[in-house]
Amino acid sequence: MKKTALSLSVLAALALGGASAQTTIKLATLSPLSGGQSDLGTQIRNGAQLAVNEYRPQFQRLGLNLQLIAYDDQADPATGTSQARKIASDRSILAVVGTLNSGVAIPSSAALQPSRVALVSPANTANQVTDRGLSNMNRIVARDDAQGPAGANFITGTLKAGKVYILNDKTAYGEGLAREVEKALKAKNVQVVGNEGTEEKSDFSSIVAKIRLQRPDAIYFGGIYNQVGVFIKQLREAGVTTPVVGGDGLDSSELATIAGAGANNIYFTTVAAPIEALPAARTFAANYQKTFNDTAQGFGAFGYDAAKVALQGILAAARANGNKAPTRQQVETAIRRGNFTGLLSGNVSFNSVGDRRAATLYVMNVEGGKYKLATSVPVRPTKQ
Amino acid sequence: MDLATLLPFVVNVIAGGLVLGFVYAIIALGYTMVYGVLQLINFAHSEVFVTGAVVGFEVFRVLAPNPMNGYLKLLIALVAAMIVSGLLNVLIERLAYRPLRNAPKLVPLITAIGVSLILQDVLRIIEGFQGRFDLTYTLPAGFSGRFCAEGSSCAGLGNVLRTVGIDLQLKDVILIVVALLSLAVLNYLVNRTRLGKAIRAVAQDRVTAGLMGIDANRMISATFLIGGALGGISGVLFGIKFGTVNAYSGFDPGIIAFTAAVLGGIGSIPGAVLGGLVLGVIQNLIGVTNIFGQLLGIANLEAIDASYQRIGAFIVLVLILIFKPTGLLGKSNVEKV
Repeated sequence: MKKTALSLSVLAALALGGASAQTTIKLATLSPLSGGQSDLGTQIRNGAQLAVNEYRPQFQRLGLNLQLIAYDDQADPATGTSQARKIASDRSILAVVGTLNSGVAIPSSAALQPSRVALVSPANTANQVTDRGLSNMNRIVARDDAQGPAGANFITGTLKAGKVYILNDKTAYGEGLAREVEKALKAKNVQVVGNEGTEEKSDFSSIVAKIRLQRPDAIYFGGIYNQVGVFIKQLREAGVTTPVVGGDGLDSSELATIAGAGANNIYFTTVAAPIEALPAARTFAANYQKTFNDTAQGFGAFGYDAAKVALQGILAAARANGNKAPTRQQVETAIRRGNFTGLLSGNVSFNSVGDRRAATLYVMNVEGGKYKLATSVPVRPTKQ
Repeated sequence: MDLATLLPFVVNVIAGGLVLGFVYAIIALGYTMVYGVLQLINFAHSEVFVTGAVVGFEVFRVLAPNPMNGYLKLLIALVAAMIVSGLLNVLIERLAYRPLRNAPKLVPLITAIGVSLILQDVLRIIEGFQGRFDLTYTLPAGFSGRFCAEGSSCAGLGNVLRTVGIDLQLKDVILIVVALLSLAVLNYLVNRTRLGKAIRAVAQDRVTAGLMGIDANRMISATFLIGGALGGISGVLFGIKFGTVNAYSGFDPGIIAFTAAVLGGIGSIPGAVLGGLVLGVIQNLIGVTNIFGQLLGIANLEAIDASYQRIGAFIVLVLILIFKPTGLLGKSNVEKV
């Protein structure tokens, strides 16, 4: 008897499903949902979920049942690549929002490219992500090589510095950033009184002595917060109050902790905007809080934006396909060629390699240990 | 740039190097004491010293809201760090080195590196449980201020320093005073007490000292206790000087202090101090070489920036070892490795 009831209900469910005759299509997210960076990865997934909820009715009208499916890359390139292969084998997935880490994006997008699954990245900044010219890899954030010039512009424009001391941490990241800054500053006829590297993590006394002698108007440090924080602490203790500028390597609350009482007059450029910097984000933030019982951060907003780009692309491809589910290749083309509106971070369109034609870098200011937005800088990729 | 601005700059760079040198010197003493007695390089000493720094951080953190005198807080931090690091060092010797005392020399050396790695992760776990990684010292008010600030009236030492143009922070002066006091106590302990005599006897010949009724194991434990306590002091000094420390901070200063001990002549107490001071000053001078290159227009000097300050220290070491293999103040002893 029980068995009959069960099979009857299964039949009924099947019948209902058949009656609506909907095709299921999926948007995937690929981001770290476990491990040390899961906080940021979960923001991306949740942001994308909000976009999917918002767009579901529009897809419904075309007879398409839209779903979000979240994959965990654990911030690990190998895991990300194997997840990408799983995504490629699920034919109902038409586009991917992800990843958080450039190191994961590079192999994952290569794995997805043969099956033409488009990615829209809310976070990857490494030049190589789009420099490979893959047809499926797009991003809505600024590139690393935009960061150096943006820092230099801030130094000359806002800080009005005529004399700058540049430091780097002797890594590919820090040296590259310092080189870009120096190039941009020299083009503006700013005097660069020093550009030197140091791997030192605790003793900056000789560098501080030189800075005291040279009296620069600003200091640029291409490095990571744990080293730069110690440097700033010792610099301030030596009585030097000169502004210190850096890149997104400083984007950590630990910076202020390490610099302690010296956490003043510090600026850094970053791609993930604080929510309050995005004018349209208030409703989004409230919605996020209500849905996930958690505070929305920059990566949540960018996950939402990236998902909207992907969904608008799928919709456009579906319309062009006579209101039927489009192919992956159609979606890929629609995203690369499209013009996307109604986003938190402004309108999006991509150049031929998938860089956002006009992106924004945010300059954050640390004052008394508190982080606040100083200004935002529009940036354009060199290739339009 | 004229001489009037350059001269105080050079003087200050050298003064800063000496302050740094005292931190290295006290760490180096920990290496040299153990080596002198056991001919063992205690690579775990860098973590013993970081343990001292962590204890110092915890003391300052806990006492921060307490209105007690800053120097009293410093004393509590130093004593606590000495006790914890000293006992830790004794424990390490008992568990990791004593069972291997008759093994080939390479074996305890490898154990030492192993102990060092274990201690790093233990420290990280202990602080990690409380959500901390980079420990930032909260020093008593005033410690970070200038020693004898401009405009204030200074007497004695402060006045002398100001006339010469040396600009120090109060904590630099505290650091030097603590280092000198520790040196004086150590010197007294080793050269003037029965304990010191017994330690020296064991260092000279463990077997014969045993035949004379000296318990070699106890003396070795005492040496590790003293060496560890010095590590604790240097840890607190390191924390005060640089302001922040984490579980992995010990490696770099550990290697430099070890270099300092070898430079001075490993096993020699005055040698360790001299080696530390020399390395501190050399490091700071190499760190500013490019400024002179810039001022004098010598491109080759300009290229020597702060990233070379470590390499410079090691070049000095190599030169010393080529021309005086026993180190600056070491006595030749053919048997030592």
